[in-house]
Amino acid sequence: MRTIRFILRKEFLQIFRNKGMLPIIFVMPFIQLLILSNAATFDVKNVKFQIVDRDRSDLSRQLIERFTSTHHFILTDMPTNYAQAEGSVLKNEASLIVEIPAFFEKDVITGATAKLQLVINSEDGSTAGVIQSYAAQIIQDFTRQTVPFQPTQGTTQRIEIIARNWYNPELNYKHYMIPGILVALVTMIGLFLSGMNVVREKEIGTIEQINVTPIKKHQFIIGKLLPFLIIGLFELAMGLVIGRLVFDLPMLGGLPLVFGITIIYLILVLGLGLFISTVTETQQQAMFIAWFFMVIFMLMGGLFTPLDSMPLWAQQTMWINPVALFIRILRQVLLKGAPLQDIIPYVSALIGLAFTMFTLAVIRYRKTSD
Amino acid sequence: MKSFRAFIVKEFFHILRDKRTVLILFGMPVIQMILFGFAIRNEINDARIAILDHAHDARSQEITQKILSSGYFQNVQTLTHDDQIAPAFETGDVKMAVVFEPQFTARLYHEGVANIQLITDATEPNMATTLTAYATSIIRDYSANLNPHALTPIVTEVKMLFNPEMRSVYLFVPGLIALLLMLISALMTSITITREKELGTMEILLVSPLRPIQIIVGKVLPYLLLSLVNTSTVLLLARFVFEVPFRGSYALFYAEALLFIMTALSLGLLISTIARTQQVAMMASLAGLMLPVIILSGFIFPVSSMPVPLQIFSNIVPAKWFLIIVKGIMLKGVGIEYLWKETLVLAGMTLLLMTISARKFKIRLE
Repeated sequence: MRTIRFILRKEFLQIFRNKGMLPIIFVMPFIQLLILSNAATFDVKNVKFQIVDRDRSDLSRQLIERFTSTHHFILTDMPTNYAQAEGSVLKNEASLIVEIPAFFEKDVITGATAKLQLVINSEDGSTAGVIQSYAAQIIQDFTRQTVPFQPTQGTTQRIEIIARNWYNPELNYKHYMIPGILVALVTMIGLFLSGMNVVREKEIGTIEQINVTPIKKHQFIIGKLLPFLIIGLFELAMGLVIGRLVFDLPMLGGLPLVFGITIIYLILVLGLGLFISTVTETQQQAMFIAWFFMVIFMLMGGLFTPLDSMPLWAQQTMWINPVALFIRILRQVLLKGAPLQDIIPYVSALIGLAFTMFTLAVIRYRKTSD
Repeated sequence: MKSFRAFIVKEFFHILRDKRTVLILFGMPVIQMILFGFAIRNEINDARIAILDHAHDARSQEITQKILSSGYFQNVQTLTHDDQIAPAFETGDVKMAVVFEPQFTARLYHEGVANIQLITDATEPNMATTLTAYATSIIRDYSANLNPHALTPIVTEVKMLFNPEMRSVYLFVPGLIALLLMLISALMTSITITREKELGTMEILLVSPLRPIQIIVGKVLPYLLLSLVNTSTVLLLARFVFEVPFRGSYALFYAEALLFIMTALSLGLLISTIARTQQVAMMASLAGLMLPVIILSGFIFPVSSMPVPLQIFSNIVPAKWFLIIVKGIMLKGVGIEYLWKETLVLAGMTLLLMTISARKFKIRLE
């Protein structure tokens, strides 16, 4: 016990003495959380668009008015021909072109069908889909309310659709993103710090000195990892406080549950870091491997794109992806107030991974240099 | 000049001799590219939904059929009671519940109106909106067929430019190219120079007849070439594995990639002049760059939808400009006449970063 205390003190001193690291550990994550939570949104707003109005009638002007009066679209130009509008799409000055045909008003009034043309830049397919549905909605409302008469015959049957958004009625995207970004930040700090730590001693040569001391293997590992575990818990706690105070993040579930799972999670992440440390020779290699896994964990973890959109095999990787599991758990517990029994499969997977990773790391770490 | 060349050759061999690093440098981007190219999607297929049909009559069952055969949805739970909706959401399996009111068909005939409720799990707002939109349009289509004699005064024709099938891989592949080049280049440079400092070998280099600028160029040049090789491999994967079109000029693409790599390298250089240990350098370039590059570049989230201060802030993220360039060349097939602005911004950034690091580097020498 005494030995562990000494190692702990030494490790903590080393962390706090390193003036370059302090801001990176204690300031950068929170700045990122504050900034990036605001940026991560799939809302589609301020879409630059142009209208080619060949009709120049009252009706066409009313339609244009419909488009410009929403916050979704910003009119950047009304070119006289289509080619010019398409040029603006190439220059990124427009993502949508609305082309109103000649005789638009006349066709509508006489009951002939008028054809509107929408041209959308679909480089980003999902945004293009949203733009299309907004535009379709505007045109549909316009048709219903403005077009003078809609001849119908016989009785009509209408299906009324009532949409309800549970748990997050204002569709606040930040509430969804903050737990995810927080997981990413905590993971990065934990993984990178522990991944570099042991290999650093190898690279500088100080590991030889430790190896000749009577410190036992488990004492050394506990001493190395415990400080990072404490830092990780601190980061998560601070992140949650910021989430609560700044972004009004709901916290429906129990905080003891959250922190209990966080401890398991951190053991897993630190175990992985330690393992990377033992299989590499330089900090550079350790960092690349840590980065490699981090990017995979994040992009395949349902942080930015929904897991449900992935092919089935990729969805299954969730069970070996710590970031995916932890994001899922945090979202369930914080946003929906899920109790432990609802998340048992994910927690069990986490415990299994943590146990495996940590065992591997301890076996792999030898108190001798090869 | 001769000693300079010898120095570059030495640096090259230094990297190539380390088999493990070489494997990491060339293997990782390929694995990531393949993994992400196949896995990352924005489209929604087979979303898990629950059906709660209080009516169980002709129309409600037809609509259920329509919804389930659309390819967007799969029914994972058939509910019988309103109280079952919440638990279905809470275990996280179900994303939307479709609720038909009792006497659905009868109401439609006699009262002219019948109700369907679409309840979504809005903890995932984007998913909730998309699913509601999909289901709504399916039900609207069905509803329109109920009144075959109603005329439609306006029809809308939609044309999708550059990516008519709206495949998300068209967006993600250029994004991945930017992400990989940015992080690998910045990280490699920042570490390689800091490493010399930390291990004390920089002092030895500094007393050599090489000038500081030559030392820096010699250190950075091999990584520049390595990054170009990486560019080619990810480009090949993009073309032949993911079938992302390449409509513009290869020469322009390589020139721009070279410029972007130089931006990233000079950013790494700047980090290395500030950081004293490899640890700091790595944390700054990894933990500090990864999320901003992913989130603020337009790789996943549309920049134009961000709050205005963040839109302004995103301008200092080099990847944002490179992404516009890559998409312009690959998907739109435009030339430099459409991309000169973005190119100038990247060039300006590179120049600025290099100037600052050169200054800092000299100060450290004195």
